[in-house]
Amino acid sequence: MLSAILAITLLALIFGLILGFASVRFKVEGDPIVEQIDKLLPQTQCGQCSFAGCKPYAEAIAAGDVDINRCPPGGEATIQALANLLEVEVKPLDDECGVEKPKMLAVIDEDRCIGCTLCIQACPVDAILGAAKQMHTVIADECTGCELCLPPCPVDCIDMVTVTSSPTNWRWPNPTELTTQYKEQQ
Amino acid sequence: MTQLGSFPGGLLLDGQKRRSTQTAIRTTPISKKLILPMQQHIGEAAQEVVSIGDKVLKGQKIAQANGHMSVCLHAPSSGTVTAIDKQPVPHPSGLSAPCITIETDGEDRWIKRQGVADYSQLSDHEIRQRIRDAGIVGLGGAGFPSFIKLNPGIHHVIDTLILNGAECEPYITCDDMIMRERAKGIIEGIIIMRYALRVTQCIIAIEDNKPEAIVAMESALEKYPETDTIKVVVIPTRYPTGSEKQLIEVITQKQVPKNGLPLDLGIVLHNVATAYAIGRAIIHGEPLISRIVTVTGTDVKHAGNCETLFGTPISELLNFCNTHRHKDVPFVMGGPMMGYNLTADDLPVIKTSNCILVGVDNTSHQSTAMPCIRCGDCAVACPASLLPQQLYWYSRAKDLDKTREYNLFDCIECGCCSYVCPSEIPLVDYFRFAKTEIMHKQQEHQKSDIARQRHENRQARLEHEKAEKERRHLQRKLALAATQSNKEKAATGNNVGENK
Amino acid sequence: MALFKLTPPFLSGSSRVTKHMLQLLAALIPAIIALVYFFGPAVIVTIILAIVVALLAEALMLKLRQRPLMPFLTDGSAVVTAILLAIAIPPMAPWWLTTIGILFAIIFAKHLYGGLGYNPFNPAMVAYVLLLISFPLEMTQWSPITSLADHVVDIPSAFQFIFQGSLNSQIPIDAISAATPLDEMKTQIGLLQTPEQIMQSPIFNSLAGQGWLWVNIWFAIGGLFLINRKIISWHIPFSMLAAIATISLVTWLISPESYASPLFHLLSGGTMIGAFFIATDPVTAATTVKGRIIFGAGIGLLTYIIRVWGGYPDGIAFAVLLMNMLVPLIDYYSQPRVYGDTSS
Repeated sequence: MLSAILAITLLALIFGLILGFASVRFKVEGDPIVEQIDKLLPQTQCGQCSFAGCKPYAEAIAAGDVDINRCPPGGEATIQALANLLEVEVKPLDDECGVEKPKMLAVIDEDRCIGCTLCIQACPVDAILGAAKQMHTVIADECTGCELCLPPCPVDCIDMVTVTSSPTNWRWPNPTELTTQYKEQQ
Repeated sequence: MTQLGSFPGGLLLDGQKRRSTQTAIRTTPISKKLILPMQQHIGEAAQEVVSIGDKVLKGQKIAQANGHMSVCLHAPSSGTVTAIDKQPVPHPSGLSAPCITIETDGEDRWIKRQGVADYSQLSDHEIRQRIRDAGIVGLGGAGFPSFIKLNPGIHHVIDTLILNGAECEPYITCDDMIMRERAKGIIEGIIIMRYALRVTQCIIAIEDNKPEAIVAMESALEKYPETDTIKVVVIPTRYPTGSEKQLIEVITQKQVPKNGLPLDLGIVLHNVATAYAIGRAIIHGEPLISRIVTVTGTDVKHAGNCETLFGTPISELLNFCNTHRHKDVPFVMGGPMMGYNLTADDLPVIKTSNCILVGVDNTSHQSTAMPCIRCGDCAVACPASLLPQQLYWYSRAKDLDKTREYNLFDCIECGCCSYVCPSEIPLVDYFRFAKTEIMHKQQEHQKSDIARQRHENRQARLEHEKAEKERRHLQRKLALAATQSNKEKAATGNNVGENK
Repeated sequence: MALFKLTPPFLSGSSRVTKHMLQLLAALIPAIIALVYFFGPAVIVTIILAIVVALLAEALMLKLRQRPLMPFLTDGSAVVTAILLAIAIPPMAPWWLTTIGILFAIIFAKHLYGGLGYNPFNPAMVAYVLLLISFPLEMTQWSPITSLADHVVDIPSAFQFIFQGSLNSQIPIDAISAATPLDEMKTQIGLLQTPEQIMQSPIFNSLAGQGWLWVNIWFAIGGLFLINRKIISWHIPFSMLAAIATISLVTWLISPESYASPLFHLLSGGTMIGAFFIATDPVTAATTVKGRIIFGAGIGLLTYIIRVWGGYPDGIAFAVLLMNMLVPLIDYYSQPRVYGDTSS
């Protein structure tokens, strides 16, 4: 009896030591979880999730305060990626936050712009150029399509346009979808 | 050098080249309207230097190279610029891109050309500059700017220049015909390239199904004193021998390293038609404004090769060759293995249009793919030693990380796997899809990284401004308080003084 | 008008799944004729029964799984499974034995795993093992070779026996059941006879079992035809036969009085049909070149081990199934070097 207890204790001790050693020796230096979540978010900084930007939302997810389905710009793909990372169930997008739509760009109608700088202050990524009483313009490459510049504009001179595809950014279609489409055509 | 190598996989295909080699190269009549896409090459689009209404002469520069990976564009004939806008271009997407439209005046008047009879007066840098200004890109089909491939940089020593005259894809014969008829011009170009690259040997690789081209090149070489450094090597006909890495292995028995370039083996490879264009550009001062296009297929009555100005609508070329095409039936731009379907024939001929194929003998039909039976024929046929079957599973499941693990980006999209697949699975379509998906994801990622950075910078700036504001506010408050107390002090002091 | 293709390549290759299967069937014909010649025509009845049941089961499953009937029913894969199982089981097997085997092969081993292309185990062999374990008696009643039997069972009496389980009173029970050479070899070696003594028995000739020798040779010839037509690659049959030959040669050289010769093993039982027709089933075999060699060698080795030291006279089915299990592992570790990869 005593020898059995001793043997088991000894074994437990040895394995414990091995595990402890392994956890130190083979430790994987990873990003903290907030950074990892933040990396998966689309960084539109649009606030549709009700947080002031992507980082605060990431922090809230990491803390377990909110669901992972509150990001309309990221849509299904982001929810899927977050679910993978956090090992939780995939959920449909929370429609109280908004709906998933194709990526848009803000374009300022330069004839109507009065140069009030309100949109410049609203833009979370500094993608609008201009000065007081000067016409403003959107740097298309930097615009995330967050629509935060729309409400402050006093003259409604900002339009959201869909990103047009050109031969350079065109993507090959998924053959699986193509064949089903093809069948439907018949 | 007599010993030839061989690459893994590949196919023996019926060449179907006789139909288009029965007549000499013809010249397509000048079209009334020429549509010139600003981007006909790999890299950045050129920037237009003309405006609507401008009169242009044949060979006049109409768009300037923009950025490092870019080449110029020239008016193929004299006329007037009538539009600079988006037009449909020949591309698998069927989308539109910026184009310059010229209405020709039929006079076909050249601009003043400045050729250099003796290339050795020019430095290699000047030669590259002229080639870039002449708008020359690889004419084999990919359209990579040629001047870049003539600039090995200081880290590489190049000893071999290989001229690709393999033309392994069935039906295409434009390289075959240019070698038969313009061997002298090709050799002139090779000599200039040899000078610019300072290579010790040049090899013209031709598949053994083109005996006429081999004889033409060999007899043209005899007239040149320096023939000992340029020679013709006859290689066995096998698809895809004409692919860069595969051709290099056949010639040198060496494999270009994965993720590497031919430069790493001291080799540069150019197409024979590119060599001809370089000769014309340097010696005669003629920019690249036309190319030889093979027009062939079961529905083409007068199949053959046509020297065609860029921008010529494909419909005119097809008419010239007497083609009977049903309006809704697509035709192929390029060869039957790697080309793509087009339905609209008002698209222009561009620098990379090597072949227009209307009607394929023994054509494959669209059918529902059967399940993969794991026969492994695709892996046997793959010239890049990939496992197309595994790539297919992962591409279909959109497991993009896994596709990269299975070396998706080493796929050259030659179509061998799709061709042999007994279940008729469109394997290459899946690989193209996965490739563009991965590239798109990467771009998105980069963009979101930039957005995050900008957002954080902005946050920091706002915070800084706020802090600054508060600090100034506090300062002002302090200053105000100080001045007030000073005033009071002064006042009391004065009072004290007065009291004294 | 035929539909034009949307994406390249626009040339059509010649190989198709149906064509594969048809050539496979053609390659089996000489060996089936040999089977009829040596063991009587009953095998024809079993084959036809198997094909009919297989096609019905296939159609039923396609219907249940809501798949189109046409391309799948005519792809030939169900017919191939049916024939392989029908020649693997005794020619005079009762109808219910064949039916149970085929139903299990098509429904469980094939369609419940996702149908053509998705089954990890060879359906015919799964069914064979099921029958062997469940009905050992029926599965070991192999017909005696016709030249040694007093009575040749003709088609009508085969019909009667297969479907009604009874025989004409004139035909003795010996006409439908005898030990196979592999069986005999195993039993007699167990009784400490030497192979040389055992092979004096009339069911053997100088090399292997009477009849079995020729059946195996015809399977091998059919297999070589398939290799020649590029329907199968040489790697699996070659490595499997080489493995059997090597290990049997070694044991035979060490102790010829307790182990049969390599030729006996190569030309007995299911060696050749296993090597050329069963192990080469593309769906369940390894796919890389290196992997196929490992896969084939593993089957050869296991077959020999089961035959000589295991509890069953032949081991092809078990060996194939065991190696099927290892296929993902083998494939993963036998990937070819990618073009231009100099890292290893």
